[in-house]
Amino acid sequence: MTQSVSTPEPVRTVRKVRKPSLGDRLAEQIPRLVVSPTLLIAVVFIYGFMLWTLVLSFSNSRILPSYGFIGLQNYERLFGNERWTVAITNLAIYGVLFVVICLAIGLLLAILLDQKIRAEGFLRTVYLYPMALSFIVTGTVWKWLLNPTVGIQRFVRELGFEDFRFDWLVNSDMSIYTIVIAAVWQSSGFVMALFLAGLRGVDDSIIKAAQIDGASRITIYTRIIIPSLRPVFFSAIIMLSHIAIKSFDLALALTGGGPGFSSDLPAIFMYQFSFTRGQMGVGAASAIIMLMGVMAILIPYLYSELRVKKDDR
Amino acid sequence: MTVKHSERRYSEVTGRAVLYAILIIVAIYYLIPLAIMISTSFRDMNDIRFGHLIDLPSSLSLEAWRMAWSEVQIGARRQLGLRPYFINSLLITIPAVTISVIVGALNGYVLSFWRFKGSNIFFALLLFGCFLPFQAILLPQATVLGKIGLSGTIPGLILTHVVYGVAFTTLFYRNYYVSLPGELVKAAQLDGAGFWRIFWRIILPLSTPITVVAVIWQFTQIWNDFLFGVAFSSPRSQPVTVGLNNMVNSSTGEVRYNVDMAGAIIAALPTLAVYIIAGKYFVRGLTAGSVKG
Repeated sequence: MTQSVSTPEPVRTVRKVRKPSLGDRLAEQIPRLVVSPTLLIAVVFIYGFMLWTLVLSFSNSRILPSYGFIGLQNYERLFGNERWTVAITNLAIYGVLFVVICLAIGLLLAILLDQKIRAEGFLRTVYLYPMALSFIVTGTVWKWLLNPTVGIQRFVRELGFEDFRFDWLVNSDMSIYTIVIAAVWQSSGFVMALFLAGLRGVDDSIIKAAQIDGASRITIYTRIIIPSLRPVFFSAIIMLSHIAIKSFDLALALTGGGPGFSSDLPAIFMYQFSFTRGQMGVGAASAIIMLMGVMAILIPYLYSELRVKKDDR
Repeated sequence: MTVKHSERRYSEVTGRAVLYAILIIVAIYYLIPLAIMISTSFRDMNDIRFGHLIDLPSSLSLEAWRMAWSEVQIGARRQLGLRPYFINSLLITIPAVTISVIVGALNGYVLSFWRFKGSNIFFALLLFGCFLPFQAILLPQATVLGKIGLSGTIPGLILTHVVYGVAFTTLFYRNYYVSLPGELVKAAQLDGAGFWRIFWRIILPLSTPITVVAVIWQFTQIWNDFLFGVAFSSPRSQPVTVGLNNMVNSSTGEVRYNVDMAGAIIAALPTLAVYIIAGKYFVRGLTAGSVKG
């Protein structure tokens, strides 16, 4: 996903002088045959199913799919549902904080690591390892650390700070922030890796020229290096918002959407309405809203990618 | 002049010290949850109840590990412990990774060297699959798996992971192959080599770095998956992430944190091992991909 899409010169198949035999013509079709299963996947399992979900969102499906058309009723029920309002508000809070904090930590760590650090490989491994974990594992661990009666709160109190309070996990005003804490812990190292890769790709000659001109290190970073990382910012934001919108397992393992439904997220809402509460139509409607959310972020991104491509030519 | 020089050296040294201090503190922040996880898994419940959060185990007890692996009752399941879930995860992950990586490599090969009319559109269509929120296909996929009789089975989960993983593997290979010189293939064609021969003899031997990247990516994605695992499985085919979540949330009576932590490590161990052994490749691949593009 991070790789930029570019189109080099196509490789032309060599024209044979003699008349093509049946075997040759068959051979010419091999590339198409090879990709055809994937084409089927794309058309049926991605686009076909998206349309199917759209149809379900206009239907009277409850526990099982059914196809009685009921117009926008599911959407009306969805947006009339207080739980959904809480879920999308939570997603906005969580999404913005998650993306911004990950970008800040990731960029800072990448810049610090780029100063010819001795144990860079080791530190990088340490910063990046949470990304190898399942969100369920992360949720399980942080659920314990953030539990006021056994985790960090108790630990700090035992150190002598008896008034210390850190009960966000069981506080319905704050529970959504615990998801931010755990998610940032898990993903910020990954953003660091993206930025570090970007920093290594910055043209050295420009930096050398600036140094000769007497620019300070801070100026070089703020004026030259960080602006040149624009594409990295862009793809990091896309990937992080995408993770945020899909967030399901982490919230489920950490807070279960609670206390009450105070830390509910659209993905949990969608799953529960579709699979456990027998309101498939409403679940499908919520899935379509989530899809539209992703598209709203993605389309400007793809658009700018394609435009850049045209300018290159 | 000499005074100024040494002053400057002095500030440079403190600067480095501060830099290292920050980097080490951050490293500790990332490591603490893992350290606590490991130490807790070796403690017994008395030790946890009366000891500190951050404390070495007073005695090395393997009890929690045994419980998590093969003794704890999870839900209403007859087989105990995480072991059956772990085996399910292996049975799902290994074929799904293998198939999706092979298909991705072939797709990437075609899309880079054997373009046809519409191949770019095909690639663009597929690209969206990388960003698809799976909620948007969850209900139809459940229906289709039911219709073809794969509902709640391991093959059903394998199929699902392959179908929604191919977009990623194709993207990886395509972007990697595009950076290889096209002359390689042209020269081989002039020598009379065909589609498969060029792939086996020329392209595949060059593909090791991107294969490592694709395998690591797919392996972590599929092993760590929870959404498909919970939506499309039956108790008999649930992966380890679902097992862990059920274990943590279904324990009655006092919560046994040591067992929970041991279980979490068991669920995390394969991906952590892959990452520690081959993590270098992951970053290298990331770099190669984003720079060469």
